[in-house]
Amino acid sequence: MVVKVKQWRLGVPRALFYYYYAPWWEAFFKALGAEVVVSPPTTREIMDLGISLAVAEACLPVKVFYGHAAWLAPRVEALFVPRLVSVEKKSFICPKLMGLPDMLRAAIKDCPLVIDATVDLSRRPEEGLRAAIRDTARAIGARGRQVERAGEIARARYWDWLARQQEQGREFSPGKKEGITPGGRPPLAVGLLGHNYLLHDHYLGMDIAGKVTRLGGRVILPENFAPELGEASCRRLPKRLYWTLGRKIMGAALHLMEQEEVAGLIHLTAFGCGPDSLVGDLAERYAHRRGKPFLLLTLDEHTGEAGVETRLEAFIDMLARRCPA
Amino acid sequence: MKVTFPHMGHLWLVLKAALTGIGLEVVVPPPCTRRTLELGVRHAPESACLPLKVNLGNFLEAQELGADTIIMAGGVGPCRIGYYSQVQGEILRDLGCAYEMIVFEPPDVHFSEVWDKIKYLNRRPWQEGVHGVIMAWLKACAVDALEQEVQRLRPREASSGMADAVFRRALQELDAAGSRREINRVVKEKKEELAALPRRPDVRVLRVGIVGEIYTVLEPLVNLDIEKRLGALGVEVVRGLFLSRWINDNLFKGLLPLPGHHPEKTAPPFLNHFVGGHGWESVGDTVTFARRGCDGVIQLAPLTCMPEIVAHSVMPAVQQATGIPVMTIYLDEQTGEAGLQTRLEAFVDMLRRQKGVKAG
Repeated sequence: MVVKVKQWRLGVPRALFYYYYAPWWEAFFKALGAEVVVSPPTTREIMDLGISLAVAEACLPVKVFYGHAAWLAPRVEALFVPRLVSVEKKSFICPKLMGLPDMLRAAIKDCPLVIDATVDLSRRPEEGLRAAIRDTARAIGARGRQVERAGEIARARYWDWLARQQEQGREFSPGKKEGITPGGRPPLAVGLLGHNYLLHDHYLGMDIAGKVTRLGGRVILPENFAPELGEASCRRLPKRLYWTLGRKIMGAALHLMEQEEVAGLIHLTAFGCGPDSLVGDLAERYAHRRGKPFLLLTLDEHTGEAGVETRLEAFIDMLARRCPA
Repeated sequence: MKVTFPHMGHLWLVLKAALTGIGLEVVVPPPCTRRTLELGVRHAPESACLPLKVNLGNFLEAQELGADTIIMAGGVGPCRIGYYSQVQGEILRDLGCAYEMIVFEPPDVHFSEVWDKIKYLNRRPWQEGVHGVIMAWLKACAVDALEQEVQRLRPREASSGMADAVFRRALQELDAAGSRREINRVVKEKKEELAALPRRPDVRVLRVGIVGEIYTVLEPLVNLDIEKRLGALGVEVVRGLFLSRWINDNLFKGLLPLPGHHPEKTAPPFLNHFVGGHGWESVGDTVTFARRGCDGVIQLAPLTCMPEIVAHSVMPAVQQATGIPVMTIYLDEQTGEAGLQTRLEAFVDMLRRQKGVKAG
């Protein structure tokens, strides 16, 4: 039986987990015949909009998410804001992600329908994922075989995308000597740690990767090496880290600080990020014990670009002095 | 082995009874003071939440008294409390403090993990250990019963501070009490003493519910004695969080027939999912207090507390639907007394005016 599905205009905010699951989501909704509207990259206006709507104590990425959602609200029929409780066994994302759909409804006036399917893979991953897909599809009136097929397409797209990212990483793999910079030395390898929604949002995250590259550094991002390497490093921790993203950051930090070629680590975080306040501190302690330079950059809505540039310059200068070519 | 633990309100009384009951030598950390906070703040990560910092101060002060083992609670997410012990352990290591840490938390693989820790700690025959734990539970219930009485009396007593003086003595006597009969005697005596206190005639008392993160609600150092301040302003404080209930909900899994939290019934449609910590309870309790006719609600949380930020974010919807005014106060080492006092006075003035309008 073919179910006639209404042509939905679905809004997907370009913030937070968009930077982790965008290909999945877009492919899924397109396969179901919905029109997906993604908000534009973050701008000052979007950020200010979010700051005016969110409670002052929320972290900057959540405020920016509010901004994107508010930008979309008058332009779409429904907002896709899944309630991300857990995306893998025995792990969580962050309490704020668990309450995000309710927070948006309380904050945005004339809020359109919010599709808030719960994604909870903490106990039974496969069933949890199936339920999440089913609930999401049902919210736009799709059922049955069609949903299964859309899920398959989305999954394929997503794996494809992940593989491509690692492919890119192989070009950067540590140890591989690259072109000589104008200064006449091989570029310093700098590990850049942080959540994807900070690292890849050029306005919010101030394009730290670009800045480091321009200063003569060679940036290594967490997704540029196989995730198993980070997971393996994390297994040595005395207690399992129960935040998925925290474990990604810690794994990347532990893996990179063991690489001889990596000159130093930069941890980019947002003020008020709960998991980062502990994970980052632990990573910094471990780095210090190994004698690996570690720079913590905390962003909030008052962070000035000049201040960040100065700190980066000083850090890179220091790294260059430590390891003369 | 000299064991210590972090402070949280009157928790020390309960833990001391339980741990001495199983035959351990206990070092109760000195009561929380500004020094405790400063010690913790100096060594803890800047943006960690406040309980981590104060606990760390407790451990450092307890070490000065000779403690060598820490017993504390953990968790498995999503709140940060579950990773406190790891971070604190590394900080203490970097400071050169040789502490052993025993963390009680839901087992990762098998229940035997918890059992092994209990076996490791227990120094007495099992019957005596169980007796100690029962004593601790009875003391928790006694403290909570008396505290509720004090909350009711504070706005009504003729000169402020009298009820608290009785309560302080009660805590000392409960601490010394060694049997069920003694505990019952203390409760009975002190209740009579409280009932006999001179009252102010014809006071119009406001009722304000306190919700929020358990540590900031229960620990007077970090909430700057907010309940006493409110009492002096003529406000009767009610709250949903008590030690005995928390122990019942978390350790006994709600087996005992005490009034528990049922956020799954009260919090929707404002907040439809558990969010870690006490965020869901905060929203649910606010709804409950509104239904019970409280005049206002104050939400307390440590700065950057994730679950409470979620609760805070949905409070506007709760206020709109139920009509109850809610004020959220974030606490950290920078919170000043004068600022807090001003906010409380303004809030209470506003409630009083609203009530006057409603009555007239």
